[in-house]
Amino acid sequence: MRASDNLQFSGRALTAYPMRTGLILLAMSIGVASVIILTTLGEGARQYVVGQFQMLGSHLLFVLPGRTETTGGLPPLLGTSPRDLTIDDALALKRSRSVQYVSPNVTGAAPVSYGAREREVMVFGTNNELFDAVELKILKGQFLPEADPRDAVSISVLGETLAKELFGKKHPVGEWIRVGDHRFRVIGVLSSEGQSIGMDMKDVVIIPVASAQSLFNIPSLYRIIVKARSKEALDQAEKDVIKIIRARHDGDDDVTILRQDALLKTFDGILKTLTWAVAGVAAISLIVAGILIMNVMLVSVSQRKAEIGLLKALGAPTRQVMTLFLSEALMLSLAGGLIGLALGLFSAKMVTFWIADFPVQTPMWAIGAALLVTVVTGLVFGSIPARQAAKLNPVIALSGK
Amino acid sequence: MIELQDICRSFVVGDETVHALDHVTLDIAKGEYISIMGASGSGKSTLLNMLGLLDEPNSGSYQFQGKELTTLSEEKRAAFRRENIGFIFQSFHLIPRLTAAGNLELPLMLMGMSPAERRKRSTKVLADLGLSDRAHHLPKQLSGGQQQRVAIARAMILKPPMLLADEPTGNLDTHSGTEVVKILEALNVSGITLVVVTHDVALGRRAHRRIRMLDGKIVQDESSRSNESAT
Ligand SMILES: Nc1ncnc2c1ncn2[C@@H]1O[C@H](COP(=O)(O)OP(=O)(O)O)[C@@H](O)[C@H]1O
Ligand SMILES: [Mg+2]
Repeated sequence: MRASDNLQFSGRALTAYPMRTGLILLAMSIGVASVIILTTLGEGARQYVVGQFQMLGSHLLFVLPGRTETTGGLPPLLGTSPRDLTIDDALALKRSRSVQYVSPNVTGAAPVSYGAREREVMVFGTNNELFDAVELKILKGQFLPEADPRDAVSISVLGETLAKELFGKKHPVGEWIRVGDHRFRVIGVLSSEGQSIGMDMKDVVIIPVASAQSLFNIPSLYRIIVKARSKEALDQAEKDVIKIIRARHDGDDDVTILRQDALLKTFDGILKTLTWAVAGVAAISLIVAGILIMNVMLVSVSQRKAEIGLLKALGAPTRQVMTLFLSEALMLSLAGGLIGLALGLFSAKMVTFWIADFPVQTPMWAIGAALLVTVVTGLVFGSIPARQAAKLNPVIALSGK
Repeated sequence: MIELQDICRSFVVGDETVHALDHVTLDIAKGEYISIMGASGSGKSTLLNMLGLLDEPNSGSYQFQGKELTTLSEEKRAAFRRENIGFIFQSFHLIPRLTAAGNLELPLMLMGMSPAERRKRSTKVLADLGLSDRAHHLPKQLSGGQQQRVAIARAMILKPPMLLADEPTGNLDTHSGTEVVKILEALNVSGITLVVVTHDVALGRRAHRRIRMLDGKIVQDESSRSNESAT
């Protein structure tokens, strides 16, 4: 039998029962469409997060005190606890030619007040280089000026939300606020367009790092942010940081360096897994559709017993009968799959329409996987009814019993 | 052409065994016109299905032109049916969603003939049957007699040497029945071996050789005209 005749014969069998065929197509296409939509959203979320990370500039290093176990190596010997990071450590890093900006950080929470208004917010001690390292933007006044980070100067820069809440419509620059027990003059307000580095930059007070150390009464740093001169210089910068710190810490590697690209990779991996997971859940609906196909085909086989008997009486071999019914199941699942694909891609486009800056890109693998699962569903769930049809006894089939 | 030897076929229904064919021995020569008569349940259809290789015996031998058929695989049995047997059924068994031409072309389609060649053949056959204007009608738009004529044409389109008809006029009025019988007899005259199972005594008498069955056994086998010499 010719393939084209096979298609036509099976196709006509399907169109002879429009209601039944329509329902299966609906089930199958909803399954495929949900795979497409969910993977598109998952992929969009991934690209969004990756994009956010990349906007930070991808050549940052975060130097943290203490060695994490995950970086390998021997556990510290008894009695040698890791040394703290100091402002002098941070200044020493400037010696590397691969390093462009170094920003020592101290963070903590403290009550901030202006007049009668008071709020508990994050206090971020740093230096002027943070501004360029993480590409902040200033709304009013100026950022911390270039100065020796060891000097505790009483100046502050406010996040936009905090400035509004403390000052309302009043101009904050030049005013004095109270942070803990200390008084600071406001010299600027950050724009909320600036990027965050693990904290909400809209709701912070930024003060010189030495001022933060005296405010919280700690001699050490929470971390150092290092920006390499370029992406290419990142590896060298990391090596230099390790070398410089080791030399200053009596030969011990007692810091942990997080690379932004490594963090990015981790997030990327997590979101990819998540996308696969939701796609898997959606694929279950395809299996449900497959079971539906099987049931409808089984009904069809028992309703068309006489036809099957006739085909056998006309000399159609077992294999041919099986092929005919299998192609019906395949056509059903494939048609459902294609309708679902169109539906899914259309819905994905609608998402772009509603959420303008959400990247919507249906991954090719999702389209391929959805169609593959469709075909496999048709083959697997169609083969049982097809086998049933093929092994019918022609005498009984023709007698209509 | 055909030699059945001690063919037995029994069915187990509940805890009873029904002997539908009980040691049936029968020779059929090429070109014969045979009618099989007998009470309902006497095994006529079972015998016809056995001849057409739709059914398998529990024991006995079936030789076709000297070749043993009972040992064939299902694949070979299908091929044998396609090449040697034309079936006619009481209820026509036309596929309801195919047109008259489509039903007629079904055996050609199954064997992979091109649509153009099929159409050429079916057009000619339909014209011979006087059904040219019904080519694109669905079975439900045809009368019973027309449907059975299409079914006969379908059975004959691959020119098998033997035609097996199980109550071909059972669902037809007298006039259409006569018409159908005339077509079958004309085919027999042209050399085709014809075996007709029937309830209709008048129709049964028309056959040159008349077989009567009772409880799975052949109880009478008479010929009005000796044409077995054609073997
Ligand atoms: N598939 C079957 N299962 C059980 N019994 C059957 C089957 N086919 C035929 N029989 C029995 O075999 C006997 C002969 O049947 P059949 O050949 O159809 O008779 P006829 O065509 O002469 O009316 C009957 O008793 C019938 O009930
Ligand atoms: Mg019968």
